[in-house]
Amino acid sequence: MAAMDTLPPDRDLVAIGLLLDPLRRALYGHVAGAEGEVSRNQAAEAVGVQRGLAAFHLDKLVEGGLLEASFRRLGERRGPGAGRPAKLYRRAAGEVAASLPPRTYETAAHLLAETVEQAGADLELQAAARRAGREAGRRLAGEAEGPAPAIGPVLGARGYEPFRDGAGLRLRNCPFASLAGEFPVVVCAMNLALVEGLLEGLGDQAGRAVMDPAPGRCCVAVHDRPRDSKVNQD
Amino acid sequence: MAAHHLAQVNIATLRYPLDTPELAGFVAQLEPINALADAHPGFVWRLQTEDGDATAIRPFGDERIMVNLSVWSSLEALRGFVYATRHLDVMRHRRRWFQRMADPYLALWWVPAGTIPTVAQAGDRLDLLASRGPTADAFTFRAPFPEPADAAR
Repeated sequence: MAAMDTLPPDRDLVAIGLLLDPLRRALYGHVAGAEGEVSRNQAAEAVGVQRGLAAFHLDKLVEGGLLEASFRRLGERRGPGAGRPAKLYRRAAGEVAASLPPRTYETAAHLLAETVEQAGADLELQAAARRAGREAGRRLAGEAEGPAPAIGPVLGARGYEPFRDGAGLRLRNCPFASLAGEFPVVVCAMNLALVEGLLEGLGDQAGRAVMDPAPGRCCVAVHDRPRDSKVNQD
Repeated sequence: MAAHHLAQVNIATLRYPLDTPELAGFVAQLEPINALADAHPGFVWRLQTEDGDATAIRPFGDERIMVNLSVWSSLEALRGFVYATRHLDVMRHRRRWFQRMADPYLALWWVPAGTIPTVAQAGDRLDLLASRGPTADAFTFRAPFPEPADAAR
């Protein structure tokens, strides 16, 4: 009984279990990576299945708490004859996590961030983050058979969900979202230093990490350096 | 129009005088960041002298302590400016310029729309927060209180 008590909540286990199905995983990936909300037709087309099958699995993902759905009329028409509103899907705001054995790094992270804030140790944290980023970048560059990996895929592997936007990369996901919400100055500055370190460690001279905050995405962006002859690999 | 506006005070203790090279980075950001605040949705008012900022005002009996006092239409408007604009990029350097403060350095409270808080009132709100912790009379971003219900509405 004691071990059972420490299992993650059923809700989280069920949500993660849903993604064992490759089709659901593909649908979740498509919706999570989309710029805005996704209709059933769009999702079906993206993963190459029939609309009804996509709808069935999308709704399973909503039931499991991984996606959220809303209804909206897509066309211009209003009133009678406008047709039923379309069901649209987006990634759910909540977080799903399961750790075995139980680990609660979240609690530790909040306490540590609070301590940095109280102690006024912002600059020390930024220095540590830059070092950690640089070491990780160097390691990745050293492991690569050819040239060092580009910053885009490296940030992708770290969960930032980068996408190309104008003169650089923006990051759709903040990997530290709940922590950054509570301690924005401490955590976003740490995050920026980490990305700066990664660029240094990778030997990437073409990108420049900048603070570019906006609601709903990571506060850090990687701008292409102007004037440089180097070409970004992304 | 909302019946109340949100007042915000924060104080900062300079590590060096404003006219030293150590503070040059901060001084250079004053004008653009103040302009950004003035143009931000929900900005209502900020304390300033004829220089266009409040850096000359040192009201707390310590020449090193500067004050920043402003009024916003809502908590979301203020939060949006502080944490989701270029203002955040300036804040990450705060420890180069300002000492860490043991007492609360920021207090928020609701004022009737159309009224402007005084520096003395702002000082009282900081004291209140220090002595009682977050209450409806003086609170923080992390422990906010909703706009008071207004009987007239």
